[in-house]
Amino acid sequence: MATKDAPVNNPMIDPVTEEYRVIAPGHTFKSVTEEVSRIVLTSHTPLGWFFGFVLAGGFVGMLLVALAWLFLKGPGIWAITIPVAWGFAIINFVWWIGIGHAGTLISAILLLFKQGWRNSINRFAEAMTIFAVVCAGLFPLIHVGRPWLGYWLFPYPNTMNYWPQFRSPLLWDVFAVSTYATISVVFWYIGMIPDLGTLRDRSQSKFGQFFYGMLAVGWRGSVRHWTRYETASLLLAGLATPLVLSVHSVISLDFSVALMPGWHTTIFPPYFVAGAIYSGFAMVLTLAIPIRTFYHLEDLITIRHIDNMGKVMLATGMIVAYGYSTEVFMSWYSASHWEYFMMWNRMFGPMGWSYWVLITCNIALPQLMWIRKFRSNVGLMFLMSLIVNTGMWFERFVIVVTSLTRDYLPSSWGTYRATKWDYATFAGTLGLFTFLFFLFIRFLPMIPMSELRMMLPQAKVKEVHGEPLPEAGD
Amino acid sequence: MPLPEGTYALMAEFESPTELVKAAKAAHHAGYRRMDCYTPYPVEEASEAIGFHRDEVSLVCLVGGLLGLAAMFGLETWISVWAFPLNIAGRPYYSWPAFVVPAYEWTILWAGLSAAFGMLALCGLPKLYHPVFNAPNFRSGATTDKFFLCLEATDPKFDAVETRGFLEAQAPLSVVEVEY
Repeated sequence: MATKDAPVNNPMIDPVTEEYRVIAPGHTFKSVTEEVSRIVLTSHTPLGWFFGFVLAGGFVGMLLVALAWLFLKGPGIWAITIPVAWGFAIINFVWWIGIGHAGTLISAILLLFKQGWRNSINRFAEAMTIFAVVCAGLFPLIHVGRPWLGYWLFPYPNTMNYWPQFRSPLLWDVFAVSTYATISVVFWYIGMIPDLGTLRDRSQSKFGQFFYGMLAVGWRGSVRHWTRYETASLLLAGLATPLVLSVHSVISLDFSVALMPGWHTTIFPPYFVAGAIYSGFAMVLTLAIPIRTFYHLEDLITIRHIDNMGKVMLATGMIVAYGYSTEVFMSWYSASHWEYFMMWNRMFGPMGWSYWVLITCNIALPQLMWIRKFRSNVGLMFLMSLIVNTGMWFERFVIVVTSLTRDYLPSSWGTYRATKWDYATFAGTLGLFTFLFFLFIRFLPMIPMSELRMMLPQAKVKEVHGEPLPEAGD
Repeated sequence: MPLPEGTYALMAEFESPTELVKAAKAAHHAGYRRMDCYTPYPVEEASEAIGFHRDEVSLVCLVGGLLGLAAMFGLETWISVWAFPLNIAGRPYYSWPAFVVPAYEWTILWAGLSAAFGMLALCGLPKLYHPVFNAPNFRSGATTDKFFLCLEATDPKFDAVETRGFLEAQAPLSVVEVEY
């Protein structure tokens, strides 16, 4: 198996299967509950938390300044112009929403495939999805120029007698992203109800009991409720799976329905989805590795998780690499002068450096993850997750900028150079994401306790010995 | 002998899911029906043991999804054909392939919301008060590491002495009376 060369006496390796354990041995229902709930219910917030929270808050402040200036002056403070009307706003939108997709993949698709190891990481991967969608949703809204009229996108009866135009992929986006945000929040919250019940019952403070009590909506762990809850979870997972595939496909249609060279291809939907999951897993690692170290959760988020996430990244990274090579092949095979020039310009044009950054970060360096020693090295995997996130951001940069600056007519060619407000807005959303995440890990259970209990060996109902009891049922 | 007025149930606490399932099966076999088990994580065998096999969440979800599909497809068609017909590059007003995408998204949206809120509604949640929380050992165990079998006083077979005797024969950690 995957870890044969690891030392035999390592307690984190199961002697029977010789694989890394999903949870460290020796845990009880009570110990996993305490391990997770202590982070939330403690009255001593660690100093490091305050440090990170205030730092992220500073970036949120910067975002607010950037947005205030944008609302005063208009999108002219960004580098967008004609021909590059889609600059950082769309790049960041696609990047953020892609990051969100891994959360849904972990919580929904891996649930349907009965991948038990996902249980320790699914809650904060879902939280990551929601916060990433918050950051993503901000960009199209502020990109429309008059964000206070953003509600015009929705079909509602109005005195202007006006209705949206349903044949545009940009409107499909409205429904795809709003559905995605709603379902992600619902899935996350429904999954959290039993754990909120645990926090309500374990909280020592009156406020905590009230706060978690309200959120837990009176959950009492009745097996009838559990049965319905399990059905609802499976249904939501079954619904979230086609949803997540459709969301990034719809986003890729924003590009591929247009006639721009480099955009008008059928490979876009699958390759966008694979790229989304690739960057999302990288972001899960970027978050999980510091959290498990800081909160000493090595027993619950184990090397097995990091190793498995490395494998998923490798697989999705290879799909993305296939997408890139198909693009190159098609630009030659299509015998289209424009497509051929587009690819040449992407590689060797004025923005050619960005293409090679993307190839290095997304294809070349991740090949190191074939090595199992690399995948089980926490520090190196953290570094790799940052590299892949950078690479995936550049992928969207390359797609948006190189095509728009060089379209069919040389008289309409242009260039693109982001302004300080572009950078401030992007960095601000990174801060917002981190800020929300800090709030989440402090006030909500970041690891699903009820699902951890299910994974313990003592959770199974053993055969009833002695006289077999008659089957229940009327 | 019926329990005094104001008693909700007798509740036995168990250490492991196996003991709970064994006791629940025995109780169901003995003829108790108004009963429930409380566990810190889903124990399918326990819900089987008390005779709860089917839930209607899937049906609610299906109906919700179909309504969402019909609502969005209908809205798109009505808007594009009757309410606000726009000629977009000569495409037909009734461009059904383009309408599929938002209709698909709303199918998922309505199905998901129906599954989630339907589940809560079928469970009778949110609920601000429930007598089981009055049991002194319930809050420290039911959502952490203990397993409870609750035989309710409204069950016709319920008898304060006999039922207590029955529960105590199942080797629980404790048997407590739960008040309203």
